[in-house]
Amino acid sequence: MSNYSYLYWIPLLPLATFLVLGMFGRKYLSPISGMLGTLSLAGSTLISLFAANQYFFVDGKMNGVYQKITAFRFTWLTFSPNVSIDMSVIVDPISVMMLVVVTFVSLMVHVFSLGYMKGEKRFATYYAFLSLFTFSMLGLVLAGNIFQIYIFWELVGVSSFLLIGFYFEKPSAVAASKKAFIVTRFADLGFLIGILILAFYGKTLDIGVLVERLTSVQSPEYLGIAGAGFLGISVLSWGLSLVFIGGAGKSAMFPLHIWLPDAMEGPTPVSALIHAATMVVAGVYLVARLFPIFSMDVSVMHLITYVGVFSALFAAIIACTQTDIKRVLAYSTMSQIGYMMFALGISHQTGESGLGYMASMFHLFTHAFFKSLLFLGAGAVIHLVHSNDMKDMGGLRKWMPITHMAFLVGCLAISGIPPFAGFFSKEEILTAAFHNSPFVYGIALFTAGLTAFYMFRLYFSIFWKKEASHAYTHGEGTLTMKIPLVILTILAAGAGLLPFSRWVTADGISMETHTDLLFSAIPVSFTALAILLAMYWYKNENDKPARFASMAGGWYRAAHRKFYVDEIYLFVTGKILFPLVGRPIAWFDKNIVDGCMNLLATLTARFSSLIKRWQSGSVQNYALYFFGGIAALAVLFIYLWK
Amino acid sequence: MAMDYLILLKQEWMIALILFVLLFIKLGKDIPNATLLPWINGLLCLNLLSGFFFNQEGMLFGEMFQTNARLVMEKNILNLALLLISMQAYDWLLAHKHLIEFYLLLLTAILGMFFMLSSGNLLMFYLGLEMSTIPVAAAVNFDLTRKQSSEAAMKMIISSAFSSCLLLLGISLVYGMSGTLLFSELPRHLSSAPLYILSFLLLFSGFGFKISAVPFHLWTADVYEGAPVSVTAFLSVVSKASVLFVLVSVLYTVFKPLADTWYNLLYLLSMVTILTGNLFAIRQNNLKRFLAFSSIAQVGFILIGVSAGTQAGMTSVIYFLLIYVFSNLAAFGVVSIIGAVADKHTIEDYRALYKSNPFLTWVLTIALFSLAGVPPTAGFFGKYFLLMAGSAKGNYGLILFASLNLVISFYYYLRIVKAMFMDPNEKPIDHIQVSWLPKLALIICLAGILAAGLANQLYTYIFSLCSGL
Repeated sequence: MSNYSYLYWIPLLPLATFLVLGMFGRKYLSPISGMLGTLSLAGSTLISLFAANQYFFVDGKMNGVYQKITAFRFTWLTFSPNVSIDMSVIVDPISVMMLVVVTFVSLMVHVFSLGYMKGEKRFATYYAFLSLFTFSMLGLVLAGNIFQIYIFWELVGVSSFLLIGFYFEKPSAVAASKKAFIVTRFADLGFLIGILILAFYGKTLDIGVLVERLTSVQSPEYLGIAGAGFLGISVLSWGLSLVFIGGAGKSAMFPLHIWLPDAMEGPTPVSALIHAATMVVAGVYLVARLFPIFSMDVSVMHLITYVGVFSALFAAIIACTQTDIKRVLAYSTMSQIGYMMFALGISHQTGESGLGYMASMFHLFTHAFFKSLLFLGAGAVIHLVHSNDMKDMGGLRKWMPITHMAFLVGCLAISGIPPFAGFFSKEEILTAAFHNSPFVYGIALFTAGLTAFYMFRLYFSIFWKKEASHAYTHGEGTLTMKIPLVILTILAAGAGLLPFSRWVTADGISMETHTDLLFSAIPVSFTALAILLAMYWYKNENDKPARFASMAGGWYRAAHRKFYVDEIYLFVTGKILFPLVGRPIAWFDKNIVDGCMNLLATLTARFSSLIKRWQSGSVQNYALYFFGGIAALAVLFIYLWK
Repeated sequence: MAMDYLILLKQEWMIALILFVLLFIKLGKDIPNATLLPWINGLLCLNLLSGFFFNQEGMLFGEMFQTNARLVMEKNILNLALLLISMQAYDWLLAHKHLIEFYLLLLTAILGMFFMLSSGNLLMFYLGLEMSTIPVAAAVNFDLTRKQSSEAAMKMIISSAFSSCLLLLGISLVYGMSGTLLFSELPRHLSSAPLYILSFLLLFSGFGFKISAVPFHLWTADVYEGAPVSVTAFLSVVSKASVLFVLVSVLYTVFKPLADTWYNLLYLLSMVTILTGNLFAIRQNNLKRFLAFSSIAQVGFILIGVSAGTQAGMTSVIYFLLIYVFSNLAAFGVVSIIGAVADKHTIEDYRALYKSNPFLTWVLTIALFSLAGVPPTAGFFGKYFLLMAGSAKGNYGLILFASLNLVISFYYYLRIVKAMFMDPNEKPIDHIQVSWLPKLALIICLAGILAAGLANQLYTYIFSLCSGL
């Protein structure tokens, strides 16, 4: 087994950047802070690629199985000989794959931001936050201990909060960052309780040991957790469901998705990094990390499947009606993560039946590239037009040819048109769904069509539709903005051709996948039809979409208003929680709790002045008390308290 | 054999050597303080470093003197504290006429503590205790021009003479009944006969006096306030730590047969001590007096750790005392610098300190956080381990009581922080140029506060040293 202990440099480099830029950035390093952040991250990326090469091609495999390696471990806190918190770095196919994705996309975003954020007053702060986020995300990916995952889980939450609220002069940005933080915190509460349950019954915090104990049906820990019940549901299901709620909060699954569209208030490159490629898939990663345990419990797997597939469909419908281009992309992200989730939900642990797991990870991988490409493309568009709204765009293909190509490739990839990246991963997901549940397959297929429709609606509205209303004076953006677009375009086009299933599978054993032409024909032709419809409606300005919308009537309005989920939340919090729960508690706090505290304080002060006489200043009294003390104690211990 | 005398007594020899060197310098011609001080601090630093090499276990003088790895480490902690105090006293000593005497007194006291720590016999213990008390009483009188300082010294010497004679009475009672004074033989004789309990209580009062546990604490506030800050720091950190080290090992080994009695005693006294310390600390305006009472409360918490009677208990006490050295000396250091340069002593004077002296303010703030036990400072981990060791007995009532008192203590610690950062002040303290030695000492303390809690190896290391119970 070779040595991977150098891996800790990957998160440490961005951490160092964060500390340096955080402390000295604004005053001394502002002009070079972007370069500094980019260079240090380039270092991390190189190490990640090196590690991936070493793991996948040189020595990760033993007897045909990719090993789980604990690269590095130190004990941080020892509570007792049995309970300790270890910090460890875990190396297995998904963590290595995520390392590459996170460092690479983050690097692209760093480079893109050099141009996009140029001239910002808080340029250095922006890069400090980006580094903090990258550090936290990498720490989360590498964590080999659930407690460690929880720490980094909260850290990515904080850095996401900071970056969404980056333009804190805008009230909407502040509201959005608060919303994101509170909603995910709410879900994290579930996560915390969940891991506490698992750790309590598993008697360990170490993921490797936990998985081992809770997956062998004979072990006392498994018998304990599966045997105990609460409200008629086994404690294992409770724990796993709560952990899944945490994951669903981060990954914006219905009904905890409401923060994601609002999070688009942050700078667009941030949306590309955090709210498309990396942080939002943390929930998927978490489920994948604990997958062996999840797959022990069929009911929770069903929960995951149906939440995932419902979110996919739900978000796709909403995306068809939005006009803010970043919000369309946000809903499409939610929808694609739904795909990843249900693919995990229908998967099993071993062999061919583990196709869903592999497909989910594959889709995570390709999605990271084409979605960050789309977001960066949208960033370039916004940079030119100074607006997020589709109505202000149109005919841009002449003004930004590179962005146009990039966006087109991104749309083709996400729609699943061969041979672009999304085709292969979505194909695997659909295959897995087809073999497991026709119902899920049907919804997934329909959603795939919707995806193609709304993506091309977006594409045609931005780049075709009408001629540009006026000539744009400046070009497409700086060179640093174009380079990441080109690189990501190549990846979005080609990443699907990688033999992903040889590397990342549920049980570590490589498997071969083959594209079945007959099977692919249905989704591809369906998708193509959807694209044609989008073209027919949106390539030129016409009133067909409007007519359809008025025909659909209430359904359209409901989708446009995002099915009133936000309003339901507002109603529940504003009309029910605050007056019925919040106010009484506030009253109790103000009067009873504070009253008790005040009483205690008054009593303390009284008592304190009462015993002040003790401290008289004359030594003879001191001696008296001294001796009196001994005498009293002697009486107490000899006669009274034996 | 001769080598044994050299190596086992190594740390004592080092102190004695420094004492003689200083004595010769005193007899020679006058050297200005500014030249002398860095050299003395250098010697103390060497003294500290020498404690880390060539350590051996063994006994000397027919079990009168014993040493082992734990004792060596405890002595190192005391040496470290002495060095830090000496560095912080730089500004005050620079102008003092009797510089060398100051060091002679403190070093003699330290030597006494070393013998007390290493004692294997009650008489040896008594000698060490006296040797560590009387020179400090003289040092308390070291602000020669201040009447208050002499008063404090007077009070201290009288109180300590009183406590010593009760201690001696206890020792003679023990000897009268058992016929031995050796630590190794005493446990076989001790029982819970009333006279043994009485003599144990008398002995304990000697300890209680030195660590200022209630009701033996009354001298503390007056003496702490009257003494020069550096001596107060020495009393509240070094003296206390040395006696607590001995207390733990004596209770756990010699008085093991009386475990039930001393557990109840500690249970009671820790509660009373914490409560009294807190209630008095709340009312104080003078920072030295405030630190005196807060240190009484801290001792109460330490007694909870002592009451555990396990290896974890002993470890938590030593670990806490190490952290206490850093935190308390950081606080005393700032108070000492501000007292020496600006002659300001009350909390009102400290208002708006942050504007003129950000560095000192941050040091004091972090030190107070650590004393209060706010994570992630080391003080939090120290208290956490103390309470956890104490709770092993299942006496959750005591732990709950202690936790409530922790909350009360937050109030008075944070009051100072609030004064420094938030309160306005018309006549704030001017900016103080801190000399490099005190600054270095403060930075070391700060590093200790921040690092000692997170470095888990430290606790594990101490735990391994406390194995031979």
